[in-house]
Amino acid sequence: MSTPLSRIRNFAIVAHIDHGKSTLSDRLIQTTGGLTEREMKEQVLDSMDIERERGITIKAQTVRLDYKAKDGETYILNLMDTPGHVDFAYEVSRSLAACEGSILVVDASQGVEAQTLANVYQAIDNNHEIVPVLNKIDLPAAEPERVRQQIEDVIGLDASDAVLCSAKSGIGIDDVLEAIVTRLPAPKGDAAAPLKALLVDAWYDPYLGVVVLVRVFDGVLKAGQIVRMMQTGATYKVDKIGVFKPKATDVGELGPGEVGFLTAQIKEVADAAVGATITEEKRQTLAPLTGFKEVQPVVFCGIFPVDAADFEDLRAAVGRLRLNDASFTYEMETSAALGFGFRCGFLGLLHLEIIQERLSREFNLDLIATAPSVIYKITLIDGSTIDLHNPADMPDPIKVASIAEPWIKATILTPDEYLGAVIKLCQDRRGLQRELSYVGQRALVVYDLPLNEVVFDFYDRLKSVSKGYASFDYSIEDYRTGDLVKMTILVNAEPVDALSMLVHRGRAETRGRGMCEKMAELIRPHMFTIPIQAAIGGKIIARETVRALRKDVTAKCYGGDATRKRKLLDKQKAGKKKMREFGRVEIPQEAFIAALKMDAD
Amino acid sequence: MTDPAPIAVYIHWPYCSRICPYCDFNVVRDRRQPEQAALAAAIIRDLQGQAALTGPRRLVSVFFGGGTPSLMDPDWAGRIIEAARRLWPTDGPVEISLEANPTDAEAGRFAAFAAAGVQRLSLGVQSLDDAQLAFLGRNHSAAEARRAALVAGSVFPRLSIDLIYALPDQTVGGWRKALEEVIALGAEHISPYQLTIEAGTAFDRAVRRKTFAPPGPDAAADLFETTQTVLEAAGFGAYEVSNHARGAAAQSVHNLAYWRGWDYAGAGPGAHGRLTMVTGRTAIATERRVADYVSLVDQTGLGVRAPETLDAREQAVERLLLGLRVHEGVPLTELEALELDARQIEGFVADGLLLPGGGRLVATAKGRAVLDRLTHDLIR
Repeated sequence: MSTPLSRIRNFAIVAHIDHGKSTLSDRLIQTTGGLTEREMKEQVLDSMDIERERGITIKAQTVRLDYKAKDGETYILNLMDTPGHVDFAYEVSRSLAACEGSILVVDASQGVEAQTLANVYQAIDNNHEIVPVLNKIDLPAAEPERVRQQIEDVIGLDASDAVLCSAKSGIGIDDVLEAIVTRLPAPKGDAAAPLKALLVDAWYDPYLGVVVLVRVFDGVLKAGQIVRMMQTGATYKVDKIGVFKPKATDVGELGPGEVGFLTAQIKEVADAAVGATITEEKRQTLAPLTGFKEVQPVVFCGIFPVDAADFEDLRAAVGRLRLNDASFTYEMETSAALGFGFRCGFLGLLHLEIIQERLSREFNLDLIATAPSVIYKITLIDGSTIDLHNPADMPDPIKVASIAEPWIKATILTPDEYLGAVIKLCQDRRGLQRELSYVGQRALVVYDLPLNEVVFDFYDRLKSVSKGYASFDYSIEDYRTGDLVKMTILVNAEPVDALSMLVHRGRAETRGRGMCEKMAELIRPHMFTIPIQAAIGGKIIARETVRALRKDVTAKCYGGDATRKRKLLDKQKAGKKKMREFGRVEIPQEAFIAALKMDAD
Repeated sequence: MTDPAPIAVYIHWPYCSRICPYCDFNVVRDRRQPEQAALAAAIIRDLQGQAALTGPRRLVSVFFGGGTPSLMDPDWAGRIIEAARRLWPTDGPVEISLEANPTDAEAGRFAAFAAAGVQRLSLGVQSLDDAQLAFLGRNHSAAEARRAALVAGSVFPRLSIDLIYALPDQTVGGWRKALEEVIALGAEHISPYQLTIEAGTAFDRAVRRKTFAPPGPDAAADLFETTQTVLEAAGFGAYEVSNHARGAAAQSVHNLAYWRGWDYAGAGPGAHGRLTMVTGRTAIATERRVADYVSLVDQTGLGVRAPETLDAREQAVERLLLGLRVHEGVPLTELEALELDARQIEGFVADGLLLPGGGRLVATAKGRAVLDRLTHDLIR
């Protein structure tokens, strides 16, 4: 039996990283009896190691809470835990589309952050009712009145009824639950209509196969039903239907307004596209849900095994990851410098870092990742256009009419004292200022920035110039033509294709010098002098030198030393595998990424 | 009938009256332990055991190292020399060397060692500066070292002097002067060693505590180059990284045996050897603790623990890393198992690190200065 609509509430929690979203979620689960104290691991919902370590949510998840409200009725509250990072904006938007309301959690001492803004606007776009919650009110630095005012000033939400709580100390949790029941709307839907459900997320479970998270809008989803993914036309027989409480619990069916999961012999996550409409094969809905789009990667980099012999292992690993992450793409790539590897596409920088980390951690691979790149749109003289994913594939400049690059709109909130440094950073990265205003003590700056200036180390630099206080969010804007050139790095007079990149002509020299300096630091002295050069076409624009090694020899080597020295050489040989040889120069693996991080800008 | 293959014999005498802070050899404090006589006897028995493994060989050298073998009873040294000659007979010359510390007490026994058959003394002078000697933890003064060198020069036909350089704050000028003073002592052979901070030594701990810092790579390279020029100018050819001899006859036959890949037996605690047996070339190492060594020899007639047969590649690796240290290099035929990269070698020749052609791989003086890296790069 499905639950009456009036006793269902579907809600998301919108918050900035560290403002206590996960703690509040856990506290809600605990209070409603989903888990005993003993079963509570810290932050149940972020179940991947990386999620827990970084304190971020990567995959959307859901928990069904049974809450007996003050009116005496028991409500089903479906909490959608949304990814908290801009890289996963589309997943966030689908999670929000599955709910009628949101709780906006704001740290009562920190106040509104750039990310809070982005997410709350998305919730508003999805017509959500929003309940502001001020968290951490028991901290000495808490200023609920100031933050309440800020929510009204900056976001324009009425915060007079904001709920005060401390998820950590368990203060005000009942008030949050009551507000969900009384202030958020119940879902609407027609149980008699043809099935219409939203595919919110999907992941691969080693025991169950692909698990699909759904929100039913109309009709009833039952085990044994043949369902159709409307966007792909694929059909599946539903094996199992259940809800997370937070443990997976089988239910016979899911009616309108309900949230749960299904399994249906789906092989890959890629077959369960987020945002798709699921309907019955026999009785299809005439009105699929709107808002579906195929997620397109925006940042690319090459990933190569340090030891060429590990290529097949890498192939298996990227295949396995793709099973579970349809937004990650890969295709084979060959580099003159690095051999066989893959050109991989990511939703953003965090996504890139996460995938790299999972490849090396979960599959135990030593990897070389090349410079992240964006997609350039190149118009050739003959009028044709190319999407360039890899600077190594850049056509001969003589044939190129123009190059366009993606720009983003960056929203940055920073304490006033770092504003100068933040503006300088944005200007240095070719930013165009669009807005500068004040939010209490803090400045809100909006800049248009070329994505290729952001992909390397913009976020790191922003954190460092603002001592960690600035927050940052972005959205992709458009493509703009720019004076872009391909810069090549030559090590010992040989170009290393994996280090070549497209840069703005005006930034080429700074970039080139930074990269040469970094490479010169990272390449240890060889027995000959190694020039490291940055070049545009045939023109050298920067140069550094790694001086030759003068002395490296064991002073004493007699009969007793032969064994030890021989074994030492064998050990060094193993270490050699972590290096790549380019011509006669050994370049350590970390050089490929480190060379791009510029300390001083 | 052709001559049997050569063999050198190394005898390890582990006792020292004082342990030097830079030394990581297998040494124990000399307290006139009664076990010393048993050790001398065990060494002779161990040599007999090793001779049974090698079959006929022609003895070319006996070398007493340590530790401080000059603290040994010269009589025992005589008996060991005699045993080696009997086990691997030869009509040819046999070089008999002994390491010694330049104390007055030891100098007083040089004549007895000469009588026992020692012809070549390797004297651990290390420095002719009292402050440096104190830093190095040596138990003799510069004046004592000069006297010992004088005695040795009159007693033994051949004299070699060991030095240590690249001490903290040592200057090129100071080192040049020190070398010139040592040359004046009249030895035919000088071995200047760059101070190396070995793991687990007192110096290692001191450097970690930042009590002192050895010179950096550039300063060390300058001192190394000074060594080469000063000794070369005085007629001491550099025939190995840290060994200089006045003419070919003054070169150490014993050490050349290691560098040329000849067989050598090793007896005494913690000694190493390379013996070509019917099963192939074998690396041997003896028990390190004196008591264990003596009892193992007692039980098995051999002091060797877990001999290791070397495959073709391992042999070639050893040939490369030892052979390139010497001015004559290594015949390429002995390096076949390494499958060296001809193009890489051409590159090193072009860089002036290796000499071209001649069927041998030979490092130049510049190449010898960076030999550890060179061998590391050559071996794939």
